Amino acid sequence: MEKRTLVLKGRLWVLSRDGELISDIDTDMIYHNAHLAVTDVSKMGQYAFGNLKGYEEFAKQARPGDMVLAGANFGSGSSRQHAVDCFKALGVQAVIARSFGAIYKRNAINSALPVLEIPALADKAFAHFEQVEIDLGTGTLRGPSGSVQGKPMSGVARDIYMAGGLFEFARGE
Amino acid sequence: MAYDGYQMEAEMGGTMMEKILSSHGAGDCRPGDEVWIGIDNRTARDFAGASVVANVEKNGGAKPIADPSRTFFTFDCNVPANTIPYADNQQTIRNFARKHGLKVFDVDAGIGSHVVIENRLARPGSTTVGTDSHLNIMGAIGAFGQGMGDVDIAFSFVSGRVWFEVPPSVKLVLEGIPGAGAEAKDVALTILGRFNHHELLGKSVEVYGEWVERATLSDFITIASQGTEMGAVTILFPPNRNVLDYFGMTEAEAVYADPDATYEAEYRVSIDGLKPLVAAPPNPNNVHPVSQYSDVRIDGAFIGSCTNGTLDDMRLAAKLLKGRKVAPGVMLKVVPATRSVWRTMMKEGLIDDIFEAGGIISNPGCGGCASGQIGMTGRGEVQVSTSNRNFTGKQGAGDTYLAGVGTAVASAVLGRIAGVGELEGV
Repeated sequence: MEKRTLVLKGRLWVLSRDGELISDIDTDMIYHNAHLAVTDVSKMGQYAFGNLKGYEEFAKQARPGDMVLAGANFGSGSSRQHAVDCFKALGVQAVIARSFGAIYKRNAINSALPVLEIPALADKAFAHFEQVEIDLGTGTLRGPSGSVQGKPMSGVARDIYMAGGLFEFARGE
Repeated sequence: MAYDGYQMEAEMGGTMMEKILSSHGAGDCRPGDEVWIGIDNRTARDFAGASVVANVEKNGGAKPIADPSRTFFTFDCNVPANTIPYADNQQTIRNFARKHGLKVFDVDAGIGSHVVIENRLARPGSTTVGTDSHLNIMGAIGAFGQGMGDVDIAFSFVSGRVWFEVPPSVKLVLEGIPGAGAEAKDVALTILGRFNHHELLGKSVEVYGEWVERATLSDFITIASQGTEMGAVTILFPPNRNVLDYFGMTEAEAVYADPDATYEAEYRVSIDGLKPLVAAPPNPNNVHPVSQYSDVRIDGAFIGSCTNGTLDDMRLAAKLLKGRKVAPGVMLKVVPATRSVWRTMMKEGLIDDIFEAGGIISNPGCGGCASGQIGMTGRGEVQVSTSNRNFTGKQGAGDTYLAGVGTAVASAVLGRIAGVGELEGV
């Protein structure tokens, strides 16, 4: 099993439109319901953001280790796990947003995809493809453009992430 | 232990959410705490149910179900299945349920969340999880309900518990009494229109006010079922006399907030003299008076869904349709929430009233929101729907206007978007 750490480094995909971080990216934009019959996680990556205007080529251009940055309410909508697993399939390390849909946040943590919530995130704080570092323990995102403080990952969520997922955590408990 | 817990609550003052979580193993908890809670009802529907089964089989060991008597499947998305993948998933679930002695509310039963309430499996103060993103409808009975992904639900099947981040609670006071012709749906639309910038995102919303004290369980179901569209974790209604009577409970047996509970914010919203509203495409927050759209011609109307598929909704629809006719060229689709609602409709002659008016009535289920149970809209088709989502593509490729039952009936009869007051003799 891969080793999990609280400090992650990678290239940042800034999801923006007209200079603003995109908010309300719902689960149909992340992973469209036309592909829900897919059950093999390794085949889900190709559909990531396939329905997000301007980012249809994300799956082809994303590299393992990349991170995603978005506005408020990322992952609202349905409870589908595919919308998390498609990022795992591509090797996307983390999703950073002003806020998350409640179900999405849980699904991500349960699958050990770290999510970092930064309510104070400004629209143009970071540049597209900037190399950044996140510290999940302190909730910090920093890069050449600057540094911003979000919510630290703590308690159960942190334990589940470090264990590699919800069932993995339960087995080790 | 129970006594100590009570002492702690009494000292600290908890919101409804905090007290329900506390009573299910979370101890003394505050917003932001991540806690483990015991789940009274663990459910999965035909959507995602097969993935729940796969997760349980992979991770659950030889005796994977913690408590078969508290674990249920509810089929409501595609009932009876009209695609092979759904049929396959339902059969996978049936086989698994037979093997482990689990109850399946099958394709005849209706909307899972309503079935769970109707069978009194969920009661005020209880906890329920499932794969339905509208399961926070349990807020209608002053109970905890959450839709979750298949990993979480599988975990609840196996362990009887889930982890949960205690949400901040906010208080919403509805001031006044809605005007004639306005329904609970119009109250829900008022809230959707007012909080359209994520103010309620991630919050547990407790609702109070003069109207809340006298509203019906169906009213609460209509509003709580739209908590998801409001971005809220849940919309909690403190059980009033109507709700307590439904469950044969006393106030002492239900859960209410302490007088000194702490809220992150308090909002006051007037519903006094409220008139019928619609949410125009493309989202449920795009709320305006019905009168603003009176020149929009419609092709169809849908009455049903977890939002407006109760017996009260059906009675209202039938009463308004009796002796009237749906406009030529307009299709009125009616889908009761559950089998029991359907039976009462038959016995009370409601089906006759709807039939004679020109409507079609399907078997119970999620209806217009699911993949084609009672058809979908084509490009350019305009529909008035009592359901909860009008996002592009949700109920087909056409344009969906969300509204109450009265508006849906009036629109179907007049062939254009209309409030119930525009019907002759109403």
